[in-house]
Amino acid sequence: MDIQPFMVAENVRSAGWFRPELVLTLGTLVLFLLDLLWRRSEARARLLGGATLLVLGLAALLLAAQPGTPQSLFNGMIANDAFASFFKWIFLAGGALTVLIAGPSKAYPPSRIGPFYALLVSIVLGLFLMASATDLLMIYMSIELVSMVSYVLAGYSKGDRKASEAALKYVIFGGVASGAMLFGMSYLYGMLGTTDITRFADAIARVPATVPYRLGLILAVVLVSSGVGYKIAAVPWHMWAPDVYEGAPTPFTAFLSTGPKAAGFALAARLLWGSLDVRGSMGGLSVAVGNVPWPAVVGVLSAVTMTLGNLTALPQTNLKRLLAYSSIAHAGYALMGLAANSFVGTQAVMVYMLAYLIMNLGAFLAVIVVERFTGSPSIFEFRGLSHRAPLAAVSMAVFLFALTGLPPSIGFTGKYWLFVAVIERFPGAGGTWYAALAVVAALNTAVALYYYSRVLRAMFFEAPLTETPVSYPTSYKWLLAGFAGATVLFGIWVTPIMDWTRNSLGMFYRG
Amino acid sequence: MIRPDNVLVWATFLPVIGAALILALMSVRHFLGLPKRFLDQSSRWITLVASFLMMVTSILAWAWFDPKAQGLLVQGKATGVQMVNRGIWIRPFNVEWFVGVDGLSISMVLLTGLISFVAAIASMPWWQGGEKAIHMAGMDEDDHGHGNDEHHPKHFSVRMVPGYMILLLLLMTGMMGTFVALDMFLFYVFWEVMLLPMYFLIGVWGGPRREYAAIKFFLYTLAGSVLMLLAIIAVYYRSLPAVLADGTLSAKHTFNLLELAAQGRAGQFATAVPIFGFAFTKIVFVAFFIGFAIKIPMFPFHTWLPDAHVEAPTPISVILAGILLKMGPYGILRFNYPLLPDATEWAANGIAVFGVINIIYAAYVALAQRDIKKLVAYSSVSHMGFTLLGMAAMTPMAMSGAVLNMFTHGIISPALFLLVGVIYDRAHHRDMERFGGLAKELPEYAGLTGLAFFASLGLPGLAGFVAEFMVLAGAFPVYLTFTVISATAVIITAAYYLWAMQRVFLGKLNQAYVGFPDVNWRERLTLYPLAAFMIFLGFYPQFILHAINPALQMLIQNLRPV
Repeated sequence: MDIQPFMVAENVRSAGWFRPELVLTLGTLVLFLLDLLWRRSEARARLLGGATLLVLGLAALLLAAQPGTPQSLFNGMIANDAFASFFKWIFLAGGALTVLIAGPSKAYPPSRIGPFYALLVSIVLGLFLMASATDLLMIYMSIELVSMVSYVLAGYSKGDRKASEAALKYVIFGGVASGAMLFGMSYLYGMLGTTDITRFADAIARVPATVPYRLGLILAVVLVSSGVGYKIAAVPWHMWAPDVYEGAPTPFTAFLSTGPKAAGFALAARLLWGSLDVRGSMGGLSVAVGNVPWPAVVGVLSAVTMTLGNLTALPQTNLKRLLAYSSIAHAGYALMGLAANSFVGTQAVMVYMLAYLIMNLGAFLAVIVVERFTGSPSIFEFRGLSHRAPLAAVSMAVFLFALTGLPPSIGFTGKYWLFVAVIERFPGAGGTWYAALAVVAALNTAVALYYYSRVLRAMFFEAPLTETPVSYPTSYKWLLAGFAGATVLFGIWVTPIMDWTRNSLGMFYRG
Repeated sequence: MIRPDNVLVWATFLPVIGAALILALMSVRHFLGLPKRFLDQSSRWITLVASFLMMVTSILAWAWFDPKAQGLLVQGKATGVQMVNRGIWIRPFNVEWFVGVDGLSISMVLLTGLISFVAAIASMPWWQGGEKAIHMAGMDEDDHGHGNDEHHPKHFSVRMVPGYMILLLLLMTGMMGTFVALDMFLFYVFWEVMLLPMYFLIGVWGGPRREYAAIKFFLYTLAGSVLMLLAIIAVYYRSLPAVLADGTLSAKHTFNLLELAAQGRAGQFATAVPIFGFAFTKIVFVAFFIGFAIKIPMFPFHTWLPDAHVEAPTPISVILAGILLKMGPYGILRFNYPLLPDATEWAANGIAVFGVINIIYAAYVALAQRDIKKLVAYSSVSHMGFTLLGMAAMTPMAMSGAVLNMFTHGIISPALFLLVGVIYDRAHHRDMERFGGLAKELPEYAGLTGLAFFASLGLPGLAGFVAEFMVLAGAFPVYLTFTVISATAVIITAAYYLWAMQRVFLGKLNQAYVGFPDVNWRERLTLYPLAAFMIFLGFYPQFILHAINPALQMLIQNLRPV
């Protein structure tokens, strides 16, 4: 296709709405340069950390300056709407907090922290694109950008066998998933004649109702889902998570468990609720794509994911692995919102991703506090932590209760709204199944409490191996208190979160 | 400052203010260089003052409560709910801050105030008997370690004092809030808030098997409460809108319990779409009921209770038996009965059967115990069965007896656990076979124990008798066989208590226990008020009944419309 003048004009117009992303792109390059320039500086790690925060802060300023009115950019490649902005805030916050956590964590020697910061900014860019992509090519490209950089950062510790294993596993699983996804995308394009997902609903309606076409569509959707399912670590694409979480440097694990998962859910919501479904009507999607009730399939995946994640978390003694399995279970909970396939359900996913960002970063920070002092994230090192580091132990308890979903905490807010989304669907198509899904989730909460309480038990009930207080930097103390405070505060002061997510979702780009 | 329209807010949040003060002291400790001993003592005083003020506010609420008043009007009907304080909490969820008391909850509010203060006193290390007595109880403040030394366990009252006091205060807030909340969501939040402190109080300050007991308690209760949450959401989505605190109409549905009760009475939930092929009301009834039955605890969900009681430190057992167990029946009377009257009719026979099993089975299990704390724990299970039976019968007399039983059991069983604590602090074991002849060494203790045992086994003239009699007499016309079977439990109860007395106080005195100090002033302060209440209520049960009867009258009328 020749380059048309109107396309150039559209790109110029779009670039004006693309400033945060441009800042992140330039920021990545500048950070690499600064890393070289400041090679001899003593305060190099601090300076680079400050520069990274500056880049993210500038992107945040430009993001704040944008109105959330939904519109399409770059000839339908990405959507610029308040829904994407909501997730962009999560990514920026997650990125900035990861910088604050990574600095004093001892996981990165000062000579190697520069590239980490630069690559972290590029992942944030990839996540921005994932949350706003509305075109198959853009979706694929953004997922690949995030994945490629993640492979590097997962195996960042040189000479560490576990890190190398993690990175290799990640590459292999990721490669298979993205290959499958690309294959599915080619089918979709072949049958629908477009890569613009906002036009899918209408295009699907025109697909002939014959068996080969129907099978092709089902196959294509399943394959495309594998790419998304892999990013959110849902069963059966979850196998990489425990090893990668364990092998990767813990600050990056913390980011990995919150940022890419949120982006995956944003993308899934755009695909399922936003595009494949015909204007939010329950019947639309199931009838459209091969008479398969997709919300029910997602519901089954949700039930299996949360149950498997929780059950496999039970015997874990490495806290990083335990939190990895727990993050699989949380993906299962959040999938309930997608299974509900409604406005409330998608909103619940947004609330849950915000909640998960706060409580899970907090939990990983507590793990880092112990790991950087004792050298191991094993549960045995948590014994008697209430004596050795009272603040870390108490805030970890707050995060674990929030992860369990006990009120008053932001974890309860999120879980409550997920339950509401599912139970709200009850009298209606497949209502009984939604009720069953809610019961499964409720039982899972009790299972989750059991393994979280093993950590609590170690921290509070068991005698420490040594009396030496665990020392950690003051900045961590403020961060822990801040995470714990936010976890409780937004369990009581719920209205702003609900208003923000509702307004953001109200400005969802539907093409 | 304290007025009828905010007295419940004070009662609920005074303990939290205390907890915040202790937390503030803890965080400035290093800046000011405060010694540990100062922190311990000040957190003890803060707890005593906060729980005393909480008791005062609950007594004020009791004094201001007018049983004959119409109270808040809902859909033009009197509810008897008074001292209301409400405002909008979470508008997107239609959740209100909505507290108030009717005849049912005011008795529980009074009980919570009294027992909380008693538990606070019981949490102080004793201060009499000189160095030897202090060392005997393991209450030396100065030695180090975490009290896990098996040979000389450190007393819970001197281990990590500020943390203990903060959790105790949070627990008080959770309990008070649960009894005054009139918004389902708010109720659930307080209900869960109560769980966490309990878990830590058992798990950190408890006996040798505390970890097991703590997690068992937590898992049982959480499983029940998550079911309850699902039921709450399900009911919410079948409800009609109601007027919120600021006069606007709530969006589509409501969490307002009084409004929901009015809708339930009008059959709003009876016509809802079935779930899994069962009637909506029945499913929801069962979900609520299991959540509450675990707390009662009702057979077969009772097994967490003996473990929790045996491992918990004395004041926590006091709160557990005195207040937490009452939340089960309270919840059933607050949710199941008013919201789902038709399902209640359907379930009544089942509740009666479980009530009888509780009464008989737990009594026989108590008979087999050697550990005196376990005996008292099982007697709690047995006595709560009377409340279940009375509730199932639904006659005015049986219902009054059931609620009165909640109150009297809330007075008697804390006294029993305190008495067990007295002997445990001295002997460091609770095996009845190893005692004997203690009446000679500890006459005052023997007298108090005798009084509490007799009150519990239902001796006329003491509190327990009135409640049990009312339940049995009220249930007789409805469940003849069940009542007769339950009445036999009175004999078994007498048997295990009298046998326990015989083993502990009579017979030959074990030489190891010569020179045991009798009850001290701290223990007297906790025991005598409860003993006085047992006698007082035995002769004048009207004190409680006059408040609860009108509320129960209303409840029964709604169940069986005339």
